[in-house]
Amino acid sequence: MPDLHVRGFAGGIDSPNPFWLASAPPANTGEMIMRAFDAGWGGAVWKTIGEPVTNVTSRYSAVDWQGLRMMGFNNIELISDRSVETNLRELADVKKYYPRHAVIASLMVASNREAWHEIVARTEDAGADGLELNFGCPHGMSERGMGSAVGQVPEYTQMITEWVKEKARTPVLVKLTPNITDIRTIARAARKAGANGLSAINTLNSITGIDLDTFAPRPIVDGKSSHGGYCGPAVKPIALNMVQQVMSDPQCALPLSGIGGISNWRDAAEFILLGCGTVQVCTAVMHFGYRIVEDMAEGLEHWMREKGFHSLADFRGLSLSRVTEWKNLNLNYKIVAHIDEQKCIGCDLCYIACWDGAHQCIHMDRVAGPVDGPIELHEGPSTVEWRSRTAVAVTPVTRSERAVDPAVHGPYTTPLARIPRVDESECVGCNLCSLVCPVDECITMNRVDTGLPAESWEQRSGGECVQNPNVA
Amino acid sequence: MSTATLPYDSEMHERFSELKPSLTSQAAVIEANRCLNCFDAPCTSACPTHIDVPGFIKRIASGNLRGSAQRILDANILGGSCSRACPVEVLCEGACVMHRYNREPIQIALLQRHAMDAFHDAQYDVPTAPPNTLDLHVACIGAGPASLACAAELQRRGGHATVIERRNLPGGLNTYGVAEYKLRAAESLKEIEMIRRMGVEFRFGAGIESAAELVALENEFDFIFLGVGLGAMQRLNIPGEESKSVINALELIAAYKTGQLHQVSGTVVVVGAGNTAIDAANAARRLGAETVYLLYRRAESDLPAFDFEYEHAKQEGVQFLWRRQPVAIRQEQHGRLLLDTVQVKQVDRTLLPIPDSQFTIVCDMVVPAIGQSPFTQLIQDTRRIEVDNGRIVADPLTGQTGNTRYFAGGDCVNGGREVVDAVADGKRAALAMIKAAEAIYA
Repeated sequence: MPDLHVRGFAGGIDSPNPFWLASAPPANTGEMIMRAFDAGWGGAVWKTIGEPVTNVTSRYSAVDWQGLRMMGFNNIELISDRSVETNLRELADVKKYYPRHAVIASLMVASNREAWHEIVARTEDAGADGLELNFGCPHGMSERGMGSAVGQVPEYTQMITEWVKEKARTPVLVKLTPNITDIRTIARAARKAGANGLSAINTLNSITGIDLDTFAPRPIVDGKSSHGGYCGPAVKPIALNMVQQVMSDPQCALPLSGIGGISNWRDAAEFILLGCGTVQVCTAVMHFGYRIVEDMAEGLEHWMREKGFHSLADFRGLSLSRVTEWKNLNLNYKIVAHIDEQKCIGCDLCYIACWDGAHQCIHMDRVAGPVDGPIELHEGPSTVEWRSRTAVAVTPVTRSERAVDPAVHGPYTTPLARIPRVDESECVGCNLCSLVCPVDECITMNRVDTGLPAESWEQRSGGECVQNPNVA
Repeated sequence: MSTATLPYDSEMHERFSELKPSLTSQAAVIEANRCLNCFDAPCTSACPTHIDVPGFIKRIASGNLRGSAQRILDANILGGSCSRACPVEVLCEGACVMHRYNREPIQIALLQRHAMDAFHDAQYDVPTAPPNTLDLHVACIGAGPASLACAAELQRRGGHATVIERRNLPGGLNTYGVAEYKLRAAESLKEIEMIRRMGVEFRFGAGIESAAELVALENEFDFIFLGVGLGAMQRLNIPGEESKSVINALELIAAYKTGQLHQVSGTVVVVGAGNTAIDAANAARRLGAETVYLLYRRAESDLPAFDFEYEHAKQEGVQFLWRRQPVAIRQEQHGRLLLDTVQVKQVDRTLLPIPDSQFTIVCDMVVPAIGQSPFTQLIQDTRRIEVDNGRIVADPLTGQTGNTRYFAGGDCVNGGREVVDAVADGKRAALAMIKAAEAIYA
């Protein structure tokens, strides 16, 4: 049985599994966090504790996609609106009842040493297992010199982290904002200041949409709005990239708690493969409730068993070595698309994608007779469409009219005329057709032996690539 | 003259409740999102009018409902009635790639109806070219789908069309002949009202009975479109057929659709097994007949009706008697009918009665539904238009007949297909007339 335990994360945080609630509404109160632990969550980062705020209504908005809700999610809610005393009293209760679960306190106070010293002491006295410094919140708090206002300036990050480290006895995580050109500059500052770990990413500045009747952006507060923090499944690719950047840089790599659109065990596995020690979840819980953790844990366990991994450490960071700079990629590696005639359903999305979005190497010429070669030799989409739009079609009213003529239909389930064909001599192997194909395994990208040894652009150009000054 | 409406009858409305209820707005968007948006989509190719199906479906998904309806109307002015009356199982939905993917095809008909209902409810108008952009005047004889489509297409492009109809209501079979649980006569009339607003002129109660009337039309119009449909239903040609309890399928359907017939009781025997026979049998059930037999001279495997129509009839409680033919109708002493039938067997291509297989059905109504007779004698005799086997001969691409001033489409050409086929014919003919007119002026 694979072991999901996290042990000694960032210098001393343990939890029964790597799934933590992110500092957000699902981790707002002790009652909520205890229910989450009952549901199976391994840890929780308490909704940011600090001077209580007054919030606005409404607070959230979302981006739906093709009928699916909340592909992206946005909030303009501030930190906890409850007193420090209430939060810390409940935190102490949670630790009393759930001593083996990780309870991390997210903190944000005014940028002075005394304030930070005081909150650190009080929080640790209440029993927090670690501290997460919220230098990432992009809305509201940043206007008051906190949150991302700190996290966008390496010097501020370093200074406050140092203040915290002066006092802290538990591990200190710095939560990074993605609203910055290079997230590594802040990670380096945090590391320099002695942070024990990092959390990344916080939310992205966003306006999710505009009401086309009132012209007000969402979420609407009395006819107006403010930019909010964007999260949810839509931001996962951005988060993965930033996680990779941080974890591949020796000057900023620290134990990392991955955040950003994680909704299921697959997402979690991906963050761990890029080096994360734990993962934090918010939007998926806000959408479906704490219960989603059951599948996250089960799914990850089954996958680990299948892959022969006994612990999280067995696969943590395995994918880091697979990310490289473009200049190191093999220019002589060649793949071409292949369409499985048996699986093709005849939607012809690959055809139009290749013509309008790629390199015009998929053709509707199985009946007329395949021809390989450049674009001039082929009928384009408008001709193909014109032909069927001008053909006379009638309702097949008799049984014989409804019968399929095998000679016209061809040998596959889909009529031969509708099964596209890849001109392998022209295919550049871009993947687009396989990405648009709705059928699993119908379009495969198959390797072609070029007979050439591996060669990168770096090698071909003799190392005379233009250096990116930002890359150390 | 306005296109009149029919009085609302709540009891009939309930008895003939719709087979497929309409989609709610959200259900429509969910279904629209399921569409893969195929390129050169098979649904579009299968549709005789080539409606841009993915195009209108994705407009529903984006919330562009008016644009969606507009897209449908661009190809098919009777998009509303087609969404209800089309046998989509053998057309767009039958061609959907989903059959090979996750099995359930996109509910194209319901989506089309969703867009069209919104358009008609809002009483939007179809954009047309300014009147008389084209100096082209066309008479469309018959106010059925073929003529309506031809007239609308001409009007849309700036010509002028006059529809001439012998009955009091327009729509042809759309109004009088499609089962009410599929397409209500009131819906058909609503759609035609939209066509009238496009500027199409209607002349009702104006049957074309003589050569002189045709000559008058030739003098008044540049071209004449024949959308006359088929003639009366064929007779059984058996003794006793003249009984007033013998009412053919189209008469039965028209009677209940226009409020002339509210109830049927006892036992009804429908003779024939085409789609119209099934519509009549189902109607008899819904009108109150306790027992409805459908008598067919061939076997179940030869059934000409669509499979889904057959299934539907079985659900309505219609009972099928295979390989049985009517021989005579006699009057029973209490006023009921005695329908003598005989079992037949097929030898080569002929049906032979089986000896001693006589069987008499005591019933209250006999409904012949064995096809319509041709209606084209006048045209053939006087205007030099070729008629073959009761069908007007016309170029399938243009609808033009041997007499270049006459075009034709719909059932009178194809012998009886669907509304959508008639619309496609009418549209093609309109485009061909415009081309012919332009050629003349050039």
